[in-house]
Amino acid sequence: MIAVLAIIWMYFHWATDSIFLTPRNLSNLMTQMSVTGILAVGMLMLIVSANIDLSVGSVLGFAGGIAAYSLTTLGHGLPASILFAVIVGIAIGVFQGSLTAYLNIPAFIVTLGGLLAWRGAVKWLIGGNTVPISDDTFKSIGQGNLQTSVGWILAGLAIAFVIVLAYRSARSVKEYGLGEANYGAAMLKAVVPIGGIVAFIWVMNSYQGVPIPVLIFVAVALLGAFITTSTTFGRYLYAIGGNSEAARLSGINIKLNVIKVYAILGAFTGIAALIFTGRVGSAAPDAGVLKELDAIAACVIGGASLMGGRGTVFGACLGALIMASLDNGMSLLNVRDFMQDIIKGSILVAAVGLDMFGRKQG
Amino acid sequence: MRDIVKEFPGVRALDGVSFTLERGEFHSLVGENGAGKSTLMKVLSGVYPAGTYSGEIRIDDSARSFRDIRDSEGAGVAIIFQELSLVKELTVGENIFLGREPSRFGVIDWSALYHKATSLLHDLGLDIDPRVKVGNLGIGRQQLVEIAKALSHEAKILVLDEPTAALTESEVDTLFHILQELRQRGVGMIYISHKLDEVFKMSDRITVLRDGRTVCTHLAAELTKDRVIAEMVGRDVGDIYPVSTRTIGNIAFEVKGLTAFSADIADKKVVEDVSFSVRKGEILGVAGLMGAGRTELLAALFGAWDGKCSKDILVDGRSVAIGSPADAIKCGIGFVTEDRKRYGLILDQTILNNMTLAALKKISGKFLTHVSRETHAVSGPMKALRVKANSPMTIAGTLSGGNQQKVVLGKWLLTDPKVLFLDEPTRGIDVGAKQEIYAEINKLAEDGLAIVLVSSELPEVLGLSDRIIVLHEGRITGEFTKSEATPEKVMAAATGGFEQQTNG
Repeated sequence: MIAVLAIIWMYFHWATDSIFLTPRNLSNLMTQMSVTGILAVGMLMLIVSANIDLSVGSVLGFAGGIAAYSLTTLGHGLPASILFAVIVGIAIGVFQGSLTAYLNIPAFIVTLGGLLAWRGAVKWLIGGNTVPISDDTFKSIGQGNLQTSVGWILAGLAIAFVIVLAYRSARSVKEYGLGEANYGAAMLKAVVPIGGIVAFIWVMNSYQGVPIPVLIFVAVALLGAFITTSTTFGRYLYAIGGNSEAARLSGINIKLNVIKVYAILGAFTGIAALIFTGRVGSAAPDAGVLKELDAIAACVIGGASLMGGRGTVFGACLGALIMASLDNGMSLLNVRDFMQDIIKGSILVAAVGLDMFGRKQG
Repeated sequence: MRDIVKEFPGVRALDGVSFTLERGEFHSLVGENGAGKSTLMKVLSGVYPAGTYSGEIRIDDSARSFRDIRDSEGAGVAIIFQELSLVKELTVGENIFLGREPSRFGVIDWSALYHKATSLLHDLGLDIDPRVKVGNLGIGRQQLVEIAKALSHEAKILVLDEPTAALTESEVDTLFHILQELRQRGVGMIYISHKLDEVFKMSDRITVLRDGRTVCTHLAAELTKDRVIAEMVGRDVGDIYPVSTRTIGNIAFEVKGLTAFSADIADKKVVEDVSFSVRKGEILGVAGLMGAGRTELLAALFGAWDGKCSKDILVDGRSVAIGSPADAIKCGIGFVTEDRKRYGLILDQTILNNMTLAALKKISGKFLTHVSRETHAVSGPMKALRVKANSPMTIAGTLSGGNQQKVVLGKWLLTDPKVLFLDEPTRGIDVGAKQEIYAEINKLAEDGLAIVLVSSELPEVLGLSDRIIVLHEGRITGEFTKSEATPEKVMAAATGGFEQQTNG
C-alpha cells in the first residue's frame, strides 16, 4: 500500500505541474485527512474485534451540533462544550455497544439504526439551520497552526521517546535471557521513525507550522497504535475478532471489551466532531454525512478484514491518507465531482482485490 | 485406486494405499480414527483435487483425475459425508436437484422437479414428501434424502462415511434395505464405519487401514471381529500409554449435583445430577458415547455453558462460584477444549499470542503487553511439549494438528492450573504426537495436577485413567477403577446397559 500511495503522489505531482508535493498542499492534505483519519483509527479497533459502526458520520454531526449549541445558544464555556461533544460520543458508543453485546442485536443493524436516528437528532437539535461559531479558540481546533518553534520542540521530545523505546526493547531481550542486547541494531531501526518525524515537522513548518487538527490526528493515531500493539486490551481485540469462541473460553470478557471499543470510537468521534465543526466554522445538520464509509474504506484499504482479527492502525492511517490524496489531487485537477466518486469507488474495490490476490499468492 | 499418497504439513495421511471395488460389491473400510479412511474418500471424490496427491484412480479401467466433486459426480462417484450437506431451509426436492434443477429458460420447472423427486424417493421405497423442508425432517430421514440425492446422479459408486452414527435402529434397517437393493442394481458401495456388527452384516469384503496404509483386504466371510480389531489396532494397547508412577493425593476438585439444561430446548436436561471428585495426581477418565453429555459437563463446570445449570463446586475443599470461564481460570481450572480450530486457537495469530492468551494479565501485566516477558514464558512449555516450530512468532494455523494441540495445552499450562480438563485431547493427530501428549498428560499428573480426561477413544480412556466414570444420557451410569475397567464393561455402561454401580 505504501507503493500505491507513492504512485498516486507521483502521478498527481506530475499531473498538477508540481503543485501536489509542496509544503502548502501537503499541509492542506493532512488537514483534510485528519477527521477521516481519527475516525479510521477508532473504526479499525472496532473492525479488528469483528464489529462495525455505520453511525459515526451521524454521531459526528450530532456531537458537533451539541458542542455548537452548548457554546452559542446555551452559552456554556469552551471547555464544557468540548467536553460535551466527547461525552456524547462516548455515551452513544456505550449505548450502541451494549445493545449489540447484551441484546445480541447485530452491530450492523444497531448502527444502521444509529445512522438514521442520530442524524435525525442533529436536525431536531439545531432545526435544519447551521449554527455559526464565533469563538476563535474553538475554530482554531480545526484551523489553527502550531508555532514553528513549538513544532520543533515536539519533534525533539518525540525523537527522545523513540530512542528510549528502542533502547528499552533491546535491553529487555537480554533481561529475559532471549539473547544479547543489540543496541546498534536497535538504534538503526530507530533511524526511520526519527527521519519521518524530522521530515514531517520540516515540511509543515515550511508552510504555516503543524496544523492543530493534524497534531490531534497524530496523537490519536499514536494512541490507537499503542492500544492495539502494546496493551492486553488490544491483544484481546485481535483474539475476539480472530476467534470469539476461543477468546471466550480463554476467560476474556467479550461483552465488556466490545463495549470498551465502542466507547473509544465514540470518544474519537467526539474529537473528530470538534475538528470538523471548528474547521467549517459552524455546525450544520448534514455535517459528517458518509464519513462512516470513508472511515471503513480507509481501514479496508489499509488491509483490515471485515471478518475481524486482522488490521493495523498504521494501515488504516495509510488508507485514510490514500483516500485524502485522491480527493485532494483530483480537486487540484478539477476533476468533476461525480467522476471523483466513481474513481474513489473503483480504487477502493481494486485495492482490496489486489490485496486478496496478493494474499492468495503469498 | 493405486498407491495413493497424500501429505498434509507435518503428517503423511495416506502412505501408498491401494483399494479396489467391484460392481455391485459392498466393501467396508475400517480403521481407527485418523487411519486415513476419510482422507482416502476425499481423494476419490475430488475434494482433494488431482495433483494434491500422488497415485492413480481408475474407474471402469480408465484413469481419472478429478478437479472437484462435480467432476467425480460426473464419473458416477457419489459420497455421503459424516456431516450432511443438505440446505435445511430448502425442500427435499430442491435439495435433491440443487444445482441441476430441471428448468426452461432459467425458470425452474417445479412440477417436473417434484415429479422426478417423488419417483426417485418412491423408487427407494421412501415415504418422504419432497415438498417438506429438510430441516423439518429427523436426522435419520435427512440421511436418506442425502442418499436419494446421491443416487439422482446415477451413481455407480456410492461412498458412505459413518452413515448410521445418528440413526435409530429402525432407520438403520431401512437404510440397509435400500443399500441391499442398490447392490442388486450393480452399484458398488464403499462403507466406512466403526460399528463392526454392521460391517460384518453387510460386507462382501473388508479392508483395514492403519496409519495411512492398507493393512489387509479380505472376504468378510473369512474374517472374525477379533481379527479385524487386532489388525486395526496393530499393536498392544499398552505400548503407547506411559507407565504411571503417580502418587495420588487429596481431593483437588469436587462437584456435587451438577444439572445443566439445554440452551435451545427448555426443560431438557443435558447433564443430570452428576457428582464426582478428582484427587491430586489422579487422572479421571470420562467415557460415553456421542451426545452422552461429556462436553456439556465440562462446559458447565468451566462456566462456559450457555443454558441454565446448577452445581456446587469445591476446589481444594473450598466452595467456589464459577459463573464464567474467567472465574474458572481464577480458581485454577484449565480447559483444553475439543476441536482446537473452533474453540482452541486463533489460527491467524502467532504461537506466542495463542499461548499467553488465557494468562496474559498474569504474564505481561494488567494493562500492557510485554513481548520479551511473554517469549520467555512460552519458551518453557514450547520446549517441554516439543512444539515443532521455528519460533514463538510462527502463525498457529501453519502448524500440524499435533503441534496445534500442544499449543492449546501449553496455553492452559501457563495459567498454572490445579485442575486440568482435557476434552478429546488427541483427536485427529498422528500416533507420534499422540504418544508425546500422553506422556505429557502423565507427567502433569505425576507433578500433582488433577486431570479430567474426556475422550471418545475408549483405549485412550482405559490406557491413561486411574478411574473412569461413564456417562449415558447425561447421567453417570458406571464408575470403575483402572483394574476393574474393561472395554466391555465401559461400553455396557455407556449404552445404558446396567444401572448405577459405584466403587470408591
